[in-house]
Amino acid sequence: MAVTNHIRRSMIFLNTQRAALVKEAFVYHPDCVIFDLEDAVAEGEKDSARIQLYQTLKNVDYQGVERWVRVNALDSDLINEDIRAAVAGGAEGIRLPKTETAAEVQAAADKIAAAETEFNRPVGKTMMMAALESPLGIMNAYEIATASDRMMGIALSAGDYTRTMHAKRTVAGTELFGARSQMLIAARAAGVMAFATVYTDTDNEAGFVDELRLIKDMGFDGKSCINPKQIGVTHAVFNPSAAEIKHAEHVMQAVADSKANGVGVLTVDGKMVDIAWVEGAQRTLKLAQAAGIYKGALV
Amino acid sequence: MTISFHHHLRDGDYVVNMVMKEIHKLGIKDLTVCASSLGKAHDYLVPCIEDGTVTGISTSGIRDEIGEVVSKGKLKHPAVIRSHGGRARAIEDGTIKIDVAFIGASTSDVYGNASGKGGKSDTGVLSYADGDAKYANRVVVITDTIVASPNFPASIEGVDVDYVVKVDSIGDPAKIATGALRLTKDTRELNMAREVAKCMYHSGYFKDGFSFQTGAGGSSLATTVFLKDYMQQADIKCGWAMGGVTEPIVDLFKAGFVNKVLDDQSFDLAAVASAHQPGHFEISASQYANPFNKGAFVNQLNFVILGALEVDTDFNVNVVQGSNGVLRGAPGGHPDTAAGADVTIIVAPLIRSRMPTVRDRVTSITTPGESVDIIVTDYGVAVNPNRQDLLAAFKDTTIPLKTIEELRDLAYQYAGKPAPVEFDDQVVALVEYRDGTIIDTIRKPKHLN
Repeated sequence: MAVTNHIRRSMIFLNTQRAALVKEAFVYHPDCVIFDLEDAVAEGEKDSARIQLYQTLKNVDYQGVERWVRVNALDSDLINEDIRAAVAGGAEGIRLPKTETAAEVQAAADKIAAAETEFNRPVGKTMMMAALESPLGIMNAYEIATASDRMMGIALSAGDYTRTMHAKRTVAGTELFGARSQMLIAARAAGVMAFATVYTDTDNEAGFVDELRLIKDMGFDGKSCINPKQIGVTHAVFNPSAAEIKHAEHVMQAVADSKANGVGVLTVDGKMVDIAWVEGAQRTLKLAQAAGIYKGALV
Repeated sequence: MTISFHHHLRDGDYVVNMVMKEIHKLGIKDLTVCASSLGKAHDYLVPCIEDGTVTGISTSGIRDEIGEVVSKGKLKHPAVIRSHGGRARAIEDGTIKIDVAFIGASTSDVYGNASGKGGKSDTGVLSYADGDAKYANRVVVITDTIVASPNFPASIEGVDVDYVVKVDSIGDPAKIATGALRLTKDTRELNMAREVAKCMYHSGYFKDGFSFQTGAGGSSLATTVFLKDYMQQADIKCGWAMGGVTEPIVDLFKAGFVNKVLDDQSFDLAAVASAHQPGHFEISASQYANPFNKGAFVNQLNFVILGALEVDTDFNVNVVQGSNGVLRGAPGGHPDTAAGADVTIIVAPLIRSRMPTVRDRVTSITTPGESVDIIVTDYGVAVNPNRQDLLAAFKDTTIPLKTIEELRDLAYQYAGKPAPVEFDDQVVALVEYRDGTIIDTIRKPKHLN
């Protein structure tokens, strides 16, 4: 897995065609942006969007926000130039759409390596993530996630997936349950991150929060966003609550104490805790630290 | 000769044009119009300026067509731009001698006891006309609704009124008070509003009984939402809110988060309706902001949240002149509240399309930097180095502090350094500070030749 310490609660899609949007989207404080060269860009504007992408990557200080580029699909005649522009500009990662097999990831990784060589960038530095948009993609999730050392994560893209599954989008997301579960298991087994699909009803904050809670509880690392107003809400749900942080601190403290005292069984906040909880507590504190809401020393 | 008007009828005002048309017909020339503000509804002044009927203007707002014609130098004498407090002061200290005050009123009795409440065109309050009624040589109340005597409580007292004129309509109610000013949904504005509220919370002045005023801009208004959260968190209430009153303020008032409302202007229907309620008080422009009286409420403000067209590295603010040199704004109560408040917060996006808001020099000064404490932008927050107390208070918070120079550099990095606008020698307007000193002069931009 492409290891970085970057926090990725939110990844917001930006239509690279729109100069006003890409020139300063960092003011919304997302964890990551995805400059979209694919579906959002009109067929006749692919070239201009690519030029804009390169100039934005080169000239705009994104102030630590991780910059991803969604390139066009592997079977298009656009992907080579998309990858060259993204790598030449220094994007942190490439998001491959409509991924169905490990071979596709490897093919894209080869193109990225060639571009890194061409533009004198360290070979292997550019990360990758793959969007799973079909039943086949979901079935191959583990192979896709492990297909390259560049792989940072996999993401579900629900629009095409539901269509090919002959399913209907529901408020509760029942039709996505299998895909979400399966890709999450694959991501964890592969040691990469997992990202949930966009929530398109941008005016429905309550529905958005419900979905965020669901995917957070399932174990997803972050959410793809399509509107800046979804960023703050996403962070608020993904950030550990004050109570969660406190409990995690208590767990860490109790573990340290029990080690010192030679005691194996712990009771924290009135509940029995075993060693398996420590990892969760550590993760909570790390996330809280990365989110800037925990300044303690127990991480 | 000087005639005066108020602007409580806002964009729905029929009074100014009605009176000016009659004056035009009479062929009277060389008038000075002393208005509390001018806007879209007063475009009939343009032909009056062009043919010499009007040769002088004193106003807060100068925008749209009137802003253009004055910027082009067509007004014989430079326009004098005064804040609301400055105008009240100028009337009381005799700088402005009003010969005839024309006061549009929602209701009046036959003696001229007049009010902004009731009638067909409810304006809520008549704050800006108070000094006009008391100091003008002749006072004409113009109303479309004569009510039985006594029309109490009266904003304008009959003892000051010479004539009452009944007309069919003084204004278009739909444009006098806008419908509910919707709270912004723009993430950028909301983010800035959140930082403003955070600055207030951490400032050291956020205590039970505090007072504040916000403007009607997107971020300023939205601050009220976050302020409510902080009030709940700190378990405190606001003593009074003042201003241009808007629905979000009224909502806080109704919910018990704001104990009293001091109203010098009702911006929307909710504010107009609230002006009839106990605890919502009408104050005159002089009570609001006159620097030379003994009880102006601006001096008791803890916080004011204001907008800006431009801010410079000395924290000077321009809200009058566009970055292209054309007049397009209004000081309103900006310099008055900034001077009076303990904490003056300016909120503005760092860049507007391609124009940097934070820059080396403002095109002209409306509010001097010495009275401005905090600049909140979408790129970070700058505190005036004069306010070491605030800098210390913000030190261990999540407020994204930057120096004003850093903000300017960011603005220039993204938008480029603006080329200076070129001006002719002709002075088209004077910006008078609230105390009567001239704080800046505005010249005719060359591109308008």
